[in-house]
Amino acid sequence: MSITTPARGEGRPDRKKGKRFGITRQERAAALFILPLMVLLTVFWIVPSLSSLFFSLTNYSVVSAARWVGPENYLRLVDDWLFWRSLLNSAYFTVGNIPLLLVCGLALAIALNSARLRLRYLYRVVFYLPLVTSSIALSMVWLWLFDPHLGLLNLLLNAVGLPSQPWLQSTKQAMPSIIFMSVWGGVGGTMLIYLAGLQGISEQVYEAAQVDGATPWQSFFHVTLPLLRPVTLYVLVTSIIGSFQIFGPIYAMTQGGPAFATTTIVHQIYINGFRYFNMGYAAAQSWILFLLLLGLSIANLRLMTRGLDV
Amino acid sequence: MTIPAHVEFASPNRRSQTGLYLFLYPVLSLVAVSMLIPFLWMFLTALKPQADMFQVPPLIFTLSYTMENFTRAWTRGNFDRFLANSMVVSTSITALNLMVTSLAGYAFARLQWRLREVFFVLVLSVMMLPGLIALIPTFLIVKAVPLAGGNNLLGQNGTGWLDSFPGLIFPLVGSGFYVFLLRQFFLTLPKELEDAARIDGSSEFNVFWRIILPLCKPALAVVALFSFQFSWNDFLWPLVIIQSDRMRTVQLGLALFRTQTRINWGVLMAGTAIATIPTVVLFLSFQQYFVRGIALTGIKG
Repeated sequence: MSITTPARGEGRPDRKKGKRFGITRQERAAALFILPLMVLLTVFWIVPSLSSLFFSLTNYSVVSAARWVGPENYLRLVDDWLFWRSLLNSAYFTVGNIPLLLVCGLALAIALNSARLRLRYLYRVVFYLPLVTSSIALSMVWLWLFDPHLGLLNLLLNAVGLPSQPWLQSTKQAMPSIIFMSVWGGVGGTMLIYLAGLQGISEQVYEAAQVDGATPWQSFFHVTLPLLRPVTLYVLVTSIIGSFQIFGPIYAMTQGGPAFATTTIVHQIYINGFRYFNMGYAAAQSWILFLLLLGLSIANLRLMTRGLDV
Repeated sequence: MTIPAHVEFASPNRRSQTGLYLFLYPVLSLVAVSMLIPFLWMFLTALKPQADMFQVPPLIFTLSYTMENFTRAWTRGNFDRFLANSMVVSTSITALNLMVTSLAGYAFARLQWRLREVFFVLVLSVMMLPGLIALIPTFLIVKAVPLAGGNNLLGQNGTGWLDSFPGLIFPLVGSGFYVFLLRQFFLTLPKELEDAARIDGSSEFNVFWRIILPLCKPALAVVALFSFQFSWNDFLWPLVIIQSDRMRTVQLGLALFRTQTRINWGVLMAGTAIATIPTVVLFLSFQQYFVRGIALTGIKG
């Protein structure tokens, strides 16, 4: 009847209390306790995620009822140059953003991981500050810093005798500018996770390496980096997923421009779904993005765990 | 005090250690300054009188700092209304999240029931979904809430919860991440705590409410802070469901303020400061909780 075995001891009070229909007192409580969460997750996550696959196979738009069109949306995607352009732009952003986030984050974490360093708490707070600020607010500030006429960046360039740059207003510089801003804003997060990882590495490992005559560089490459591999994997997977979904700065700073140079896949999903109300088509785009992210995460996991006993 | 091994060993003798710090301090300080400059520039611009805006080179210090841009953003930019909306939405989401996720986290950590592992894996896998994939159907579900916004019993003919507080709030409540975080914390408490109370005849809810929750204030604080920060900074969802000016959250108001009017940098930076201050103040006041929470679970804000 009851799943709780007396040996484990947890079920004991239940037997004395009324047990109706083979349901223990704790099971009744558990059902009630998880009910609100399960209702919310079902209504706002599980059902929508599954039904988006259905919508991607229809021509649903808010004004007309959904009509089944089969794989038509997906076939249309193949010929949609703007969709390919947005995929390329998202990849550009991700490939530019992530190596810098990882390398700078790790460097800052190693620098801050020294007990003798005074002010380390202050540095940590300052580096993390952009991460508690909204992407929209940061975008506004950087829009102002990037302003070609009165922006601080060009004023600084001019002050040292360099010419003004168009930044966000040029097709060539717009994406690098956004990457620069997001590395500035995200590096504190990577740093904090690496810092936690570094603090988990025991001191004896380094002592052993030193006894074996390892140079500082050797112990970094052969001890620190391999031991941080799970942390790196975690940061890599989460930041790939995050970078591929960049939207706020694009919407607030460039609106995908100039000349589609910064339109990303989520920006396209937003435009198709909520400006043109081609919701079936936008759902198909979001499924492609989902499969892409799933594939990238699995590939990452394979790559990073290769040679580890996992 | 943990001794940071490799920095220590990277420099076996004292002298090169001093050299290392002579290198570290300037570099770290330079990074710190470049982190702060955009924030300082935002405040400086917001506090400058309109007349000083177009000075080249820009005036960094002026005797005539003014709140004029803030009052303009506040009254003409409707930021008073946006700020109030964001406060209502973020505090509601936070309060509901605390209730819903602590109850569930408790059930997963401390109660014995069949299918517990199955449900826990389900909750965790929902956490892994990219939010975007649910965006469009969630919009349609919110639009089809029965008997709301002019809808009939079948959820047709009206706008449901679109352009409303419930629409802004409920889809953001309930996160597998907070359930996981709280469950991990609940697991660390000794089992004898509840057993004693159960033998005394307390109800399961009373055990949770009177005995366990008061011991979990640090973990609840982490959930509250993250939840407030995420909902305060959320943008895509409000953008999608809000149509009317008076329902805008502060982030939405800020983004549309820029696109709908000719840019006035002073007023825009004042609005940006208004959108930034609450989470920054929360972070600075409770930063040890943030750091602990992030280290605990390895998430990024």
